[in-house]
Amino acid sequence: MSSCNNSACLNEARRVAIFGGTHGNEMSGVTLVNLWVKNSAEIQRKGVETKPFITNPKAVEKCTRYVDTDLNRAFTPENLSAPGGDNLPYEVQRAQEINRIFGPKESPDAYDVIFDLHNTTSNMGCTLILESSNDHFNLQMMHYIKKAIAPASCLVLLNEHPLLKYSTSRSVAKHPVGLEVGPQPQGVLRSNIFEAMRVILKHALDFIELFNEGMEFPPCTVEAFRVLERIDYPRDANGNIIAMVHPNLQDCDWEPLNPGDPMFQTFDGKTIHYHGSGTVYPTFINEAAYYEKQQAFVTTRREALVASAIRKV
Amino acid sequence: LSETKGETKYTCVVCLPRLPRVAVCGGTHGNELSGVYLVRELLKAEKKVMEKEEEEPLSVLMVLSNPRAMQQCRRYVDTDLNRCFTHAKLNGPIPDDAPYEIIRSRELNATLGPKGNPEAVDLVCDLHNTTANMGLCFIAYSDCDWICMHIFRHLQASTNNVPMRYIHFDVSNKESYSLDSVGKHGFAMEIGPQPHGVVRSNIYTAMKVGVQHMLDWVRIFNSGTIFEGGCVDVFTMIKHIDYPRDSETRNITAAIHPQVQDRDFCLLHPEDPLFQTFSGETLRYKGNEPLYPFFINECAYYEKGIALSLARKRRVMIPAIRVQTEQQQQANKQEFASEEEE
Repeated sequence: MSSCNNSACLNEARRVAIFGGTHGNEMSGVTLVNLWVKNSAEIQRKGVETKPFITNPKAVEKCTRYVDTDLNRAFTPENLSAPGGDNLPYEVQRAQEINRIFGPKESPDAYDVIFDLHNTTSNMGCTLILESSNDHFNLQMMHYIKKAIAPASCLVLLNEHPLLKYSTSRSVAKHPVGLEVGPQPQGVLRSNIFEAMRVILKHALDFIELFNEGMEFPPCTVEAFRVLERIDYPRDANGNIIAMVHPNLQDCDWEPLNPGDPMFQTFDGKTIHYHGSGTVYPTFINEAAYYEKQQAFVTTRREALVASAIRKV
Repeated sequence: LSETKGETKYTCVVCLPRLPRVAVCGGTHGNELSGVYLVRELLKAEKKVMEKEEEEPLSVLMVLSNPRAMQQCRRYVDTDLNRCFTHAKLNGPIPDDAPYEIIRSRELNATLGPKGNPEAVDLVCDLHNTTANMGLCFIAYSDCDWICMHIFRHLQASTNNVPMRYIHFDVSNKESYSLDSVGKHGFAMEIGPQPHGVVRSNIYTAMKVGVQHMLDWVRIFNSGTIFEGGCVDVFTMIKHIDYPRDSETRNITAAIHPQVQDRDFCLLHPEDPLFQTFSGETLRYKGNEPLYPFFINECAYYEKGIALSLARKRRVMIPAIRVQTEQQQQANKQEFASEEEE
């Protein structure tokens, strides 16, 4: 990225994709993308090619998260270069295909921006997921979105953790943006959740259009929640879950969890307390898909991320 | 009996046979996790208790109905287990490659039934969760099964913080299709809202307390206590409404309207908003009578073509009941035997 007069000068974002159905049972994204594939008027913006795309059609057809393996963990360098064609797990084949169309990942030919639409059973509201604290374009976009929807809220989750970070579908793009809206059960379409996601995307595309037209965005600060660690359910020697998220913690995404606070409740009613060293902000609390990934919730800490001014080259 | 203004008032106590065997079933749908975890817990606790119980008058069978679906955390493997219990599906020849759930339903019928046979368990309580905001519901095929309705009243009286309703599906015994129809008495205990694949502590606790109260009631009933009559508000299912769908793809073209979402059991009047299309248009309820909606936006019902179900509510009087004496039970058996001979 080059610097001119204290602004970061970035290329126009000409090619944008909107991914739905990366998890086939997360219905807001599936529904929006299907709508836009039929009629893309709503997502057109001057000077931008916006492509709506169902990433995991087989999973969507079966209304299941995935068929063989989680597509949103499948974009590893090993998978993307794996030989074997039809013998590969379905989602690995899909990852390679998506990398061909929208990538290659980390090359100059990759799409500029990919929005990946997700739902969660957690009470996270509208959440934008950021993969790098150095992505000033994304930071400015997220700042713009937050301002545009105020007083409604949209929080930013930063997952830059070397171990907990994962290879998402959107990571193929130069500027990957995750959009997670909840709470919504898998397989269910809730009208309010659907509309909230639609509004966020509208503002995101407006930002891109303004940027491409030459608008300069001054430096700004974006409040974010940085992923710290993953906390699993208490389990017995056989790996079976022996406790549930405590009623005091259930639905309290983004609220402070202090040392000594209730965290889990065993099936026979005992409380297990949080014994971390300081206050954390939990999120992804009780997400259905994470039982098998050994995650009851993740802890985060609040951080102010600084975005430089940006304008187009 | 005496009839006053269409309400039947009972002036005597109805005597009903003892209930020596009760089954509590979880995991009939493998991703409805409150029942899965509760039955697992009860099985663990049972192992500890087994040694000390000598003369436990009540035999409680804990059953995990669909282990393969549970293992995959799915509703079912081949076909919905909870639609496999009609007389037709339980009897007659089946191919070697029959759906897993058909084979399983016959195993369950052998263990808990056979359906319609005097060997069947006395009471089946089948545990379910729903994504709909229904609180705790009993779902039964009868609006005159005094056992089920007294258990419901007992739970209602013992619970403050969970809204409770009694839902009646007017289906004949011949056509009844769910697991709870295998016992002499039976009902589904359905609690929501809970996403499938998730266990919420408040929902789990409501189910645990509900099952406990039910078992307590059965023990108290078996011991000879008289339960006073009273009334129960019964919601009788009248019809289902499907989502508007695209004529070609059959994909849904609208979502439950925000004014209806989560408003299970709030009266829906003709012309009330019902759906909101993806282009923002409001579609209204076109029925000609106000009805009570439930199972609003239940995940598993998209594929069954049900966006919501609608019920009429009416107040049903239930008589006082108590357990039959040994004498009455003997007399009954002889009567039954001689009926069979005829």
